[in-house]
Amino acid sequence: MKSYQAVIIGGGPAGLGAAIALKKQGIQDILVVEREHHLGGILRQCIHDGFGLTRFGESLSGPEYAQRFIEEAQRLQIECRTDCTVLHLTEDKIVTLCSRAGLEVVAARAVVLAMGCRERTRGALAIAGTRSAGVMTAGVAQHYMNLRNIMVGREVVVLGSGDIGLIMARRMTLEGAKVKGVFEIQPYPSGLPRNIMQCLNDYDIPLYLSHTVTEIRGRERLSAVTISQVDEAMRVLPGTERELSCDTLILSVGLIPENELSLDAGVVLDYRTKGALVDEYYQTSVPGIFAAGNVLHVHDLVDFVTLEAEALANAVTEYVKRNTMPDCKLTVVPGEGIGHVVPQRCSGRDAFTLSLRVTRPRRDCIVTVHQGGREILRQTVKNALPAEMLQYSIPAERLNAEGDLEVALL
Amino acid sequence: MTRLFTCIICPNGCHITAEVLDDQIHKLEGALCLRGEDYVRQELTDPRRTIATSVLVEGGELPLASVRLTGSIPKGEIFPVMEEIKALHFSAPVATGQMAIQNVRGLGSDVIFTKDVRRRTEQPKEE
Repeated sequence: MKSYQAVIIGGGPAGLGAAIALKKQGIQDILVVEREHHLGGILRQCIHDGFGLTRFGESLSGPEYAQRFIEEAQRLQIECRTDCTVLHLTEDKIVTLCSRAGLEVVAARAVVLAMGCRERTRGALAIAGTRSAGVMTAGVAQHYMNLRNIMVGREVVVLGSGDIGLIMARRMTLEGAKVKGVFEIQPYPSGLPRNIMQCLNDYDIPLYLSHTVTEIRGRERLSAVTISQVDEAMRVLPGTERELSCDTLILSVGLIPENELSLDAGVVLDYRTKGALVDEYYQTSVPGIFAAGNVLHVHDLVDFVTLEAEALANAVTEYVKRNTMPDCKLTVVPGEGIGHVVPQRCSGRDAFTLSLRVTRPRRDCIVTVHQGGREILRQTVKNALPAEMLQYSIPAERLNAEGDLEVALL
Repeated sequence: MTRLFTCIICPNGCHITAEVLDDQIHKLEGALCLRGEDYVRQELTDPRRTIATSVLVEGGELPLASVRLTGSIPKGEIFPVMEEIKALHFSAPVATGQMAIQNVRGLGSDVIFTKDVRRRTEQPKEE
């Protein structure tokens, strides 16, 4: 059985970022496994610009951002197998690969989970109505339009205000479709404010908050949807229904980390992030299996995915060399106002980056971290939005080796 | 008059409050950096945007190659520029950074490819 120092599952921004950093740190035997024909992951279809402002200080399109890492991986002669799917992963880090060459089983000293995330679909929403054509997720519409040159529709309704839905509302408008509105069940948008501005307001696309789609109509092709208002508890308000004719319904209703392989290997997931529970070294509950990027928790910006994967690589390098990582016995708990935190465990000895999301929009608030009743971080936030990931450096000198950490929004 | 802006220049997406009289900024609050003020001034006098779209590529491994503008253009030029880009036909291969239209509509911005599309050698590859 062939063995590698590190097998990286996924050739998107997280996987490539990790692979390049590992190689630069002297880890020679690396394999990147990518199930699609090209490297780059979802960036290949994200043709809009705005990527790379943090990582490179310039505004790139998704394919350009990916290309920088693809070229770097080629330059470093990192083995990348495309059209190759991982079928099975064990806690002993035995990886079963499937490609046109057949089945192959390889052993890994360390495994990096970098599979990204996928979209919630109509099935997760249980919208009543017919199963007509023309109902699809924003990412599927993006794939059709940006990779296959297939226009998805003419009269469009968007359900959910996630960033991909907003980006696609603009994209479809540029290609001549009429986007009749974006309907968001929550009382606030789930996408970034700058995308509300440049994707909706710029093109006079209305955004309806506290509204949802309650029925889908049409025989072969979608012909109309029913829109209803909801109350604060997101319950449909009777009597507010109205019908809106359309031939396409785009869903932008959330992303879910893709963790089937993680579960296969016995990795424990966090029900909040729907990604692995990790410590400050991005190590999961299974020693030697690490996770970063959207498979760990859904990010708002790809730049932070890359930075996280690069931080993971530091830890993986240490693990490959020593075959063990420091103990992380302390838990990091999301308290009042905090939706989730990453990492969920820490050592109390080393500095680490804390990532979190707030549960609802707040102005002029304070993020605090306490360890055993002692405040170790206090940061004011002017505008805290669930759409935006917040990150803080927790310095080593503030930490104790004893006592769990609690994060709260005041 | 008090006007509210959401800066689109970077992911911070600053909420900016500006006191504006005759398109002049008298007071500005909420921008984390100087680019915020430039953005508001631009919005008041000549709002500009970039766009990203695709160009048809014949004989390529994909039917399209993505393109973007190298600089922003006046908002009112977005759809005319889209029409120019839609009229383009290229033959594979095309490469990232390659020029698709130089100085589009005389606006001082180029349209460049943002993806490599190689020549198709076998049957069209499903993505």
